[in-house]
Order: sequence, then structure tokens, then C-alpha cells
Amino acid sequence: MTDVAGDLTPRGGHATRAAAATAVQPGATGQATAWSVAPGPRGRGASSNQWRQRLEIAFFVAPALLLFVVFVVVPVVQAARYSVFKWNGLGPLDDFVGLQNYLTALGDQIFQRAVTNNLTIAVLSIAIQLPIGLLIALLLNRKFKGQTAMRVIVFVPYVLAEVVAGVVWKLMMQPEGALNAFLESVGLGGLTQLWLGDPDVAMVTVMLVLTWKYVGLAIVLLLAGLQGVPEELHEAAQIDGASWWQTQRKITVPLLGPTIRTWMFLSMIGSLQLFDMVWILTKGGPDNASVTMATYLIKVGTDRNQYGYASAVAIILFVISFVLATLFQSLVLNRDTGDDKSAKRRKKVAR
Amino acid sequence: MTSVINQPTRRTSPARSGGGRRRGVSPWVYVASVLIAAVTLAPVLYSVLSGFRTNGQLGANPVALPNPWVFDNYIGVITSGSFWRYAVNSLIIAGVTTALVVIAGVMAAYPLARYRFKGRQALFNVFVMGLLFPLTVAIIPLLLMVRDLGLTNSYWGVALPQAAFALPMTIVILRPFLMALPNELEEASMLDGASRIGFFWRILLPLSGPGMVTTGVLAFVGSWNGYLLPLLFLNDPGLKTLPLGVADFSTEHSADTAGVLAFTSLAVIPALVFFLTMQKRIVSGLQGAVKG
Repeated sequence: MTDVAGDLTPRGGHATRAAAATAVQPGATGQATAWSVAPGPRGRGASSNQWRQRLEIAFFVAPALLLFVVFVVVPVVQAARYSVFKWNGLGPLDDFVGLQNYLTALGDQIFQRAVTNNLTIAVLSIAIQLPIGLLIALLLNRKFKGQTAMRVIVFVPYVLAEVVAGVVWKLMMQPEGALNAFLESVGLGGLTQLWLGDPDVAMVTVMLVLTWKYVGLAIVLLLAGLQGVPEELHEAAQIDGASWWQTQRKITVPLLGPTIRTWMFLSMIGSLQLFDMVWILTKGGPDNASVTMATYLIKVGTDRNQYGYASAVAIILFVISFVLATLFQSLVLNRDTGDDKSAKRRKKVAR
Repeated sequence: MTSVINQPTRRTSPARSGGGRRRGVSPWVYVASVLIAAVTLAPVLYSVLSGFRTNGQLGANPVALPNPWVFDNYIGVITSGSFWRYAVNSLIIAGVTTALVVIAGVMAAYPLARYRFKGRQALFNVFVMGLLFPLTVAIIPLLLMVRDLGLTNSYWGVALPQAAFALPMTIVILRPFLMALPNELEEASMLDGASRIGFFWRILLPLSGPGMVTTGVLAFVGSWNGYLLPLLFLNDPGLKTLPLGVADFSTEHSADTAGVLAFTSLAVIPALVFFLTMQKRIVSGLQGAVKG
């Protein structure tokens, strides 16, 4: 089970893995043993104790389990069931079509475009945000006046609702809007675009806004990772005559490896599920240029009431996320926890 | 795991943030900082300042300071009932979601952390699996289920699914937190004759305050900013949340750019201030979920 927990976790990979590991060696982390049932000598007392414990566990877990089963597990299972029917949400679920919905989706050009767009966004988000995030994190890790204020400022876009940020950007990106006016006024008139209206530009626009919105998360996580890099290393490197830049490149960045890989994972999963921002900015348009799997799903589900078909799309979205998450876990994240030595080194560094 | 638990309380003391040179900082650091701050804050400042302008001013020059400053847009929003209704709806839904998540989460995390029983890991894994399922995957069946339960156009119809989807993260963060509380506390309270439930109420709950605040803030932010569920489940204008209200207002009044920006600014600034004061909690929560 430990493996399952580790491998299947998209957002909390490390936490879970570590939690699972601690559970395997209870002594090490000091499990609660005071009340644990002692079977044997006490005979009947022990078994009534055991029942008491079971009741307590049931009492504590019941609300969470109920909520989780009713509103997460059941709907996901239902999605899988609906996906093999042709169904408009009303009337009996009796038009069984097998895998037809899946074949239709996979053969649909707009859906193919959605998948391509999601994958492009996932790759570009990492390729663009990582260097920017790293540079800014290294900058903000230096001591200077206003450092604290800057750390708060870079976090602003991340805590804004996607909808709210999207509405403001949408207004700024009108043809006669602030962005084009600004570009004109600083002499970059050649860069003005129909940001949201031109099918060739829409994806660039979405990437631009997403970078603005999410680079703060990378910065904040990397800054936290940087706190784990011991200062002695920098001092030693400086004594050896390394420049600030050399120290960062040869010492700091390699030590940030685990943080970077975990952030990449979070970013990838987020990109595959992107909905709010695109829905507000372009609704997937113009001409489906910026469609994502989630906007496609909502469109076919709610506009056209094709609940069976939309469920098949949902399952495909899940399978793609799952496969990529698992691949990423085994190919990239395992480097962190793969062999004990590197894991131990990381623990030490983290302290 | 201990390091994770310590994160929430650890201050970002300047001494720890390595890499800083004690010698003078090059002016480029300041130039770069100003640039970064400008790009980061530009949309927010644009929105707030444009709210003080007229559409005429905006049309004549989209990027300029208000001249003269006009308060009509903001006054119009503040005196309109709908803005306050949206804000109250958002508060109620986020509040109910947070309460549900934190209560159910800490209750479930307690036996998962401190009882020893067969199937404990399996039960934990059931919740962990929840991290795998994005809301989008379940949205269509949820829509139908909420309709069948008669919860469409009710606070519960949004709060219950939101809480359910926030639960896995909450339990994943809270369990190691509860595990780290020292055993001696439990032994001492047992010697004093407390039951395990008494221990939970009197000792564990007060001590897990920081963990509950962190997970609570994460759940609150998620719910407050949430769009997909309110979009599909709340059609009644009287029940709309702020994100939904902002989106609708911007399409209904698309010609009134200044009005939309005033509305958006008012919707965002109080929450922004609150979230930024809670930044440490949010970051430590994210870190707790990220590192082992």
C-alpha cells in the first residue's frame, strides 16, 4: 500500500510518501501506543476494549468518509458509468453505446486540439516559469531593503481568483485597451495585437496571463527551498573565490532539485485541468484556438446536454493526467527518493 | 516529517536565507525588483485606478491616472445591493466549506495518526486517492446528483462538494501534524483518567490549532476563488458568489469598463489583503503538501 500512496499522489507526492514511510516504522516517529489494545492476558476486557476502539474510529472517520464517498467517489464512478451511454441527463440510462463516446472524442478535431493545447500549456508553463521563477527567487533570496515587501508582492497574482485576474486582463487586452495603448506609448507599437480575437495569438495570450498568474507560486516554493540551503556552503564557496553567480549555479540550483521537480509536477497537473482562466478570457475561442479539455467538457456537457459524451471526455482527461502523473513520478520524482543516500542527503539539507 | 511540521511556525529569519552577501547590494537588485513589482502589480493597479476614471477618460487614454478623480463608479457598486449580496454569499459558502473541511478533516486525521488498527494505511490511502481526481472529472455526475438532491441553488450544493474535494489535502497535511505531537501528552492524560475522546477534545484539538488554521486558510481561499461549481450550480442571481458576480457583471456591463473595474477592484481588495496577511499559512500549507 505504501507504494500506491506514493505513486498515485499527484499534488502531495512527497508528503504522502513520507507519511507512508513513517507509518511503516512506527517506533521511529513515536506512534501513539498508550491506548493501543493489548490482546491476550486481559481476555474479555481486551475484546470489549477493541470494540470500543472500533466504535471510536468509526465515530471520528465517519463524517469525512461520508462526505468523501458521496461527493467524490460516487461521482467519479458515475462518470465512468455514464461514459458508455448516450444520455442527455433526463430519462433512463438505457442507450448503451460501449466505447463509442471515447472513439468519437478521440476522433474529434476540436478535442484533439484541446489535448494538444493542454500539453503545450503544460510544457511551456514549465519551460517559461522555471527560469523566470528561479531568477527572481535567487534575487529575492539576497538581503536588501524591501526584500520582505517583494516577497509579498510576487505572491499577489497567485492568491487572486483566476476569474478576477481574467476579467481585468480581458479588459486590458481589448483592441483599444490598456495593453496596446501602453505598447504604443513606449514605442513598441509593432507588438500590438488582437490579443483575444486573433486565433493565431490566443494561445500566446493565455500563456502570457498564466505566466503572470502562476510564476509567483514557483518563486514562493523555490524561496522556501532556498532556506534549506545552508549558508556555510556559500561561505565556503566564497572563500574558495567563487563569484555570487557561480555559487548559485554550482551549489544552490542543484540543491533545489527536489523542490524544482515537485513544483514541475504541481504545475503539470494544474495545466492539464485548466478551466477558469480560459473560460473567462476566450471561452476556448476564437475558432477553438485556445480550447482546453476542461472547457470542451463543460461546453458539450452543459450547452449541449451530452452527459454521456462529456463523461467520456472527463475520463479521458483523468487517464491522461493519471498516466502523465505516474510517468513523472517514476521517471523524475523517484530520483529524489529512489536511493536512500540521496534521500538522507536531502533530509539533512532540509533541516 | 518533523521538518514539515516545523515549517508553519518557522519565521523567515534573515539569517537563514542563505546566499545573501553582507557587502553592499548592487543597484541592479533594486532596478530588477522595481521592474518585477511593476509587472506583477500592473493589472491590479490598473483596475483600482481605472475605477476612479470615467469611461470617457478611459476611451481617450486607456493608461493614465484619473483626472479628475471620479468616485461615482465605486459609489455605484457600494450602493448596489448585488455587490453585497455576492460578498455575503461568498463568505457563507467559503465559511461553511472551511468549517466542514476542518472539522471532518481533523476528526479523520486523529485515528489515522494516533490509533493503531488494521487497515489504517488502507483507509488513509482511500483519502490520498482523492488527490488524483480533479473536480472537473466528477463535475457532470455531481451536477446531476446535486440536482436530484434538490440542492441546486443552495449554499450546500456548492459547499458540500467543495469540502469533499478539499478533504484529501487537509488530511494529508493534518495527519503528520497530529503524529508529531509527543506521546508523553497522551500518556499523561491517560494517567489522569481521560478517555481518548477526552484527550481529543481537551488536548489534541487546542494543540493542533496551527495545523487547522493552515488547512482552513487553504480551503477558504480555494472556495472563495472557486468558479466552476458556482457557475454550474447557482443560477439564482440572489445566490451568486463574487467570482461569478464579477464574471457576470463584466459581460452584462461590457460597455461600462470603468464600472466593471470598480466592481472587480472592490471584490478583490479585501480578500487580497486578508490572503496576503495569511501568506505564511498558505505557503506552509503548500509546502507541507509538497515536501516530505
